[in-house]
Amino acid sequence: MAKAELMDYAKALEQFEVVIGLEVHVELNTNTKMFCGCANEFGSEPNTNVCPICLGLPGSLPAVNKRAVESAISIGLALGCEIAPTGRFARKNYFYPDLAKNFQTSQYDEPIAFEGTIDIEVPSGNSYAIGIERAHMEEDAGKLTHVGGATGRIHGAEYSLVDYNRAGVPLIEIVTKPVIGAGSEAPELAAAYVRNIREIVKGLGVSDARMERGNVRCDANVSLRLHGAEKLGTRTETKNVNSLRSIERAVRYEIQRQAAILAKGGSITQETRHWHEDKGITSSGRPKSDADDYRYFPEPDLVPVQPSAELIEALRAKLPEKPADRRKRLQAEWAFADLEFRDVVNAGLLDQIEEAVTAGATAQAARKWYTGEIARLANAEDKDISELLVTPAHVAELASLVDAGKINDRLAREVLTYVLAGEGTPAQIVSARGLEVVSDDGALIAAIDAALASQPDVLDAIREGRMQAAGAVIGAVMKAMKGSADAARVRELLIAKANA
Amino acid sequence: MSNLVFKSASQLVAMLTAGEITSVELTQAYLDRIEKLNPAINAYLHVSAETALATAADVDRRRAAGETLPALAGLPIAVKDNLTTTDAPTTSGSKILEGWVPQYDATVVAKLRAEMMPILGKTNLDEFAMGSSTEYSAFGPTGDPWDLSRIPGGSGGGSAAAVGAFLAPLAIGSDTGGSIRYPASMTGTVGIKPTYGAVSRYGLIALASSLDQIGPVSRSVRDSALLQDVIAGHDKHDSTSLPASLGSMTEAAERSDIKGLRVGVIKQLQGEGFQPGVLNRFNETIELLKAAGAEIVEVDCPSFEYAIAAYYLILPAEASSNLAKFDSVRFGLRVTPSGNPTIERVMAATREAGFGPEVKRRIILGTYALSSGYYDAYYGSAQKVRTLIQRDFAKAFEVADVLVSPTAPTTAFKIGEKNEDPLAMYLNDVATIPANLAGIPGISLPIGTADEDGLPVGVQFLAPAMADSRLYHVGAVLEGLLEAKWGKTMMDFAPNVETLASEVANG
Repeated sequence: MAKAELMDYAKALEQFEVVIGLEVHVELNTNTKMFCGCANEFGSEPNTNVCPICLGLPGSLPAVNKRAVESAISIGLALGCEIAPTGRFARKNYFYPDLAKNFQTSQYDEPIAFEGTIDIEVPSGNSYAIGIERAHMEEDAGKLTHVGGATGRIHGAEYSLVDYNRAGVPLIEIVTKPVIGAGSEAPELAAAYVRNIREIVKGLGVSDARMERGNVRCDANVSLRLHGAEKLGTRTETKNVNSLRSIERAVRYEIQRQAAILAKGGSITQETRHWHEDKGITSSGRPKSDADDYRYFPEPDLVPVQPSAELIEALRAKLPEKPADRRKRLQAEWAFADLEFRDVVNAGLLDQIEEAVTAGATAQAARKWYTGEIARLANAEDKDISELLVTPAHVAELASLVDAGKINDRLAREVLTYVLAGEGTPAQIVSARGLEVVSDDGALIAAIDAALASQPDVLDAIREGRMQAAGAVIGAVMKAMKGSADAARVRELLIAKANA
Repeated sequence: MSNLVFKSASQLVAMLTAGEITSVELTQAYLDRIEKLNPAINAYLHVSAETALATAADVDRRRAAGETLPALAGLPIAVKDNLTTTDAPTTSGSKILEGWVPQYDATVVAKLRAEMMPILGKTNLDEFAMGSSTEYSAFGPTGDPWDLSRIPGGSGGGSAAAVGAFLAPLAIGSDTGGSIRYPASMTGTVGIKPTYGAVSRYGLIALASSLDQIGPVSRSVRDSALLQDVIAGHDKHDSTSLPASLGSMTEAAERSDIKGLRVGVIKQLQGEGFQPGVLNRFNETIELLKAAGAEIVEVDCPSFEYAIAAYYLILPAEASSNLAKFDSVRFGLRVTPSGNPTIERVMAATREAGFGPEVKRRIILGTYALSSGYYDAYYGSAQKVRTLIQRDFAKAFEVADVLVSPTAPTTAFKIGEKNEDPLAMYLNDVATIPANLAGIPGISLPIGTADEDGLPVGVQFLAPAMADSRLYHVGAVLEGLLEAKWGKTMMDFAPNVETLASEVANG
């Protein structure tokens, strides 16, 4: 799979206007599935959370999960949508082995929520109003595992296994209107939008919102048109972009790829494309045209969903604070400077820092670790911070170990690498690996004496008040003890010795 | 052979309750008769002798111990083979499901078990209930007990023939466009399609979800009432099931007076296309009702003209989607083509081999009707017709309490006669389809035999949605009037099916 020809990003934006559209699937965390009583549970043994309904056995019928409907309404309200007083489900018909009934029960022309808007701030501080076209309810499909063959894809596989545990898990699909005018910030806007959706559904408590588990999945539509053109260009829909970083990268890649094609007089194929995280490219999936015929028709096995005005108002009253309000509040609570706070927001670290603070860390310590060493490690591993094994509780524990003088910053950084490697909590690692700083005076004095042997003048210098001379001895002690010495104690002992 | 099998369900219930007979004795009597006659009639696809007798023995034991039992405990019953049963294969008349034993009981089946009714077996039907003659069953046609060379109607020919040939006192049917009422008419039995949603569809292998309805099959109106009272009611597994109870049908079947009842004769469902012998019996019936004090009015339902066309768009559309699940992946037949087939080829080969021609015809029709670009013209227009038909009914029920028509234009035709002409086959349901499109209840009961051929003729009454009790009321009254006039029951006109069966056996 070769990297396509790309146009320079700045040049692409000079020539073309970028239009993006985002479809986000949010998996709800209801106890049971959308249309049956099976557990909605991640990670169970394959095909254990199944019944005649989600297996699509002959004769079975769906029944709507009330909690899922309430969650859908809450999401709609949080996105500023109108809620349909009555809405029918529809069948989307297509044959695929992960789809038990060979149709997906979804909503088509009567979504439960529609016509909303949400303000999204990008790293530059610019804010964009994103129009929400609709949010609708549907069921997830099962999971296919392709066995044999080199790629793990269906082509070339010897056979495939189907796990229907996920079949029938409730999904809310949120579709934006075309987003025009973000220009060079379109990739960042796409990522910031998805981050906001995550924050919203997490805040509502309706989804675990873990992208690495597929709780939040994003399909990014990208098209280009010449500046001033009225007609939208042909779009591609990039699937499988499952982290905030890859959303940004995928949108940027598609802009550059499409620009290169269009600039040469070529045309864009309307198709789905797959994002390859490892190579940082998209590749052609199946052609998708508006003629894709799913033979939608109203689901005759379900009566229309008709939420009462009372229910809608009750859910509206329970909406948590808006992300923008929350940001304002947290900045005040944490007493972060504007620049500090924007860094935190742009890095998507609000949740982590808030949780670390709840776990006992100071806001500054949490910020320091997350925007510093943890961000560096994530970068080095080419991952999202949320994908690392370090939790806010770990960070709080790490900070408290440093505060208590058990470890110093250098050791703390080392501990972090072991946390990432899955060795346990910082306290467990410190004790298992014997990483505590040495503040045992006997050992320190022996090391100081050894260091002084090669620098006999230092004691005199200290007596004369030239304290910087102490640094050379402290450094030698740290080196000899491989960094585990308690530097402050070494200094104290050295001064005591000089003044003895 | 025991004479018990010829008694009505009501009589048998009384005898069981009084301890005059045991359920084992009764169940065995039916099983014996099934064993003897079913090879010639093919009403049952599967006979559950062992489990039926076990249920019967349990009832007898409990009754002997003085336990209070459900009203119909110990009364055997037959179930159409498109309802799931955990203890018997469920085929829906299709090769694609041959040998499949469901993991769950249909709600109606669960209710029969809770009522402690021994289930004798599963009855034949047109494949996936698509048909009106039972000839489209993948397991051979069923014979009409009045003439085994003729069709018993369909799709529920098995249930109607089982009841008509005294192979069961009661049976469960399902009616999508007439599959209970048309076979009742062909076999001189009684069949009711309740209001849409009155009986849970959970576990009924769907043909067309918005039209399907389960209902009773019996030899008398009162017997059907007993059964509807057992199977009706809201079910949380079927969101389209009605939340409210429709009252006691058994009580409705006991009312004797129809003075002042307004009976609307549907103008569009008589005359051209209807066999003279059918119309003769129908007209006599109207006279009989009039003489009993009913007020006869004529009602105009102009949109009925489009009912069959609309039905044959809506039904295939829903069926094409409902039948998509038969793909070999999770249950049923799997045909693996040679070479290194993809899943698409396995699915296609399975469906090619597993579905019969009528099923394929309707899947193709429905897929076409739902296709983008055709949706509005076909499915969309059909839904409009459906609304118009509902309006026709609403208007008619302003002037009439019940509506009446012959159940079918003709009496039973010969097996094979209409095989090459699907459109002629579709016309059999001209009178029954409008009720399904409108979701209203309908009953068919026998009103004698046609002069030309001596075969049974049925009359159909229709009532507004949720007014099922009116059908039991007028049906029971008419049944009484006819029996008084004849001095016997409808079944007394029927030939001895044992003789017919032995003729078949002797070639």
